[in-house]
Amino acid sequence: MSDLKTTPLHALHLANGAKMVPFAGYDMPVQYPLGVMKEHLHTRAKAGLFDVSHMGQVSVRGPRYADAARGLEALVPVDILGLAEGRQRYGFFTNDAGGIYDDLMLANRGDHIFVVVNAACKAADIARMKAALEPGLTVTEIADRALLALQGPMAQDVLAALDPRAAAMTFMDVATLDLNGVAAWVSRSGYTGEDGYEISVPAAAAEDIAGALLAHPDVELIGLGARDSLRLEAGLCLYGHDIDAGTSPVEGALTWAIQKVRRAGGDRAGGFPGAVRILEQLANGATRKRVGLLPEGRAPMRAGVPLFAGADGGDPIGAVTSGGFGPTVGGPVAMGYVAADHTTIGQTIYGELRGKRQPLTVTKMPFTPANFKR
Amino acid sequence: MKYTEEHEWLRAEDDVYVVGITEHATTQLGDLVFVELPEVGDTVVKDDEIVVIESVKAASDILAPIDGEITEVNTALVDDPSLANSDAVGAGWFFKIRPSDPAQLDAMMDEAAYNAMIG
Repeated sequence: MSDLKTTPLHALHLANGAKMVPFAGYDMPVQYPLGVMKEHLHTRAKAGLFDVSHMGQVSVRGPRYADAARGLEALVPVDILGLAEGRQRYGFFTNDAGGIYDDLMLANRGDHIFVVVNAACKAADIARMKAALEPGLTVTEIADRALLALQGPMAQDVLAALDPRAAAMTFMDVATLDLNGVAAWVSRSGYTGEDGYEISVPAAAAEDIAGALLAHPDVELIGLGARDSLRLEAGLCLYGHDIDAGTSPVEGALTWAIQKVRRAGGDRAGGFPGAVRILEQLANGATRKRVGLLPEGRAPMRAGVPLFAGADGGDPIGAVTSGGFGPTVGGPVAMGYVAADHTTIGQTIYGELRGKRQPLTVTKMPFTPANFKR
Repeated sequence: MKYTEEHEWLRAEDDVYVVGITEHATTQLGDLVFVELPEVGDTVVKDDEIVVIESVKAASDILAPIDGEITEVNTALVDDPSLANSDAVGAGWFFKIRPSDPAQLDAMMDEAAYNAMIG
């Protein structure tokens, strides 16, 4: 336990009765006394507050934004140069084989790019950015700020009570708001499929601001357990499970994140690690793809369940990479990789659970409608 | 009531025992979302994995606490696994078993011993 790092909200979690678990080197709350099911449903009905301070916050600076953008585009196959000031975008670091080193959020904050990366990957991401971008650009880990996520249909009312400008932001806007006298870097985004915000604040102010948000009767603390079921229902990838160094963005069904300008024929086509393979797959398709899966019946099919074309015999055509019970769906949901000829929506395939083949239907994602404020 | 180290409870009812898992166990497991029960008429041996339960977090196996024959299963629990969370020692029972070696019950914990075990 002594090797685990803690976030600025660690004492708050303990004071609120959190069950703590090790996650990506941090001692993190997996659930509070409410429990995973109620925490999940509360987030979809009202608003949930998540501590995501374990994630990496990084700034990439150059003489001008365009310099930083061009630099980062050499590592990330998305349109960063064309991202307007005050806007955020999803992306991923790719490797030379076309796989994904990590997924990330990046924002144009005027004089720099603000990057948020996964906790488990942050040391490698920062080292990779420094190696590729310095000395022309400056890559700085922002280790003295906490990161909170406020998610759910009441999130706007809650945050706008502290700074009314929160209400004017739309999905993927970023702004600096004044929360109880503290300059908070806020984006209107999150990872639950709900409307909401991610809020970066100085570590020393984190507990006060969390307290101010929790003072609203509609806000409950939500742990990593519900964060996982919420993102699964939203069809969002968990790095290390649904995407990793061996899966390409095309296989991962993330091609929507690669703008035209970075594709064949675009002004800045290619120029990122693995471009040859990724552009080839964009043109011709991949041999396997990530799909949504709805198991029949009530039994959850979790990560690792092998998938088959038929009810008997044959070799596996893929495997589940994330699965569990979807509290809002009211039944099991899953996602996984299957061979390209088994990706048709509505197709029935089979998962082998405890030695028995059970049907699943290939399904569109998200499993629950997204509630973003476009 | 008798208790096992696997957090099962057994309650005598005529010539059979009603079996479920304790409130301590359901609290630890979290909200149950799936239960697969044995078939009525199954003959089971102590420590056979005869029930699968899944919570929002993970799957677990429940072992047969004694040798015997399954005489009844709680189909209401299959339809609504949350019964095990809301009423672990009542409506959340799993199955009824007719012991073939009632002496196996003698080694089990009583309530005081079980409470001491879970601290």
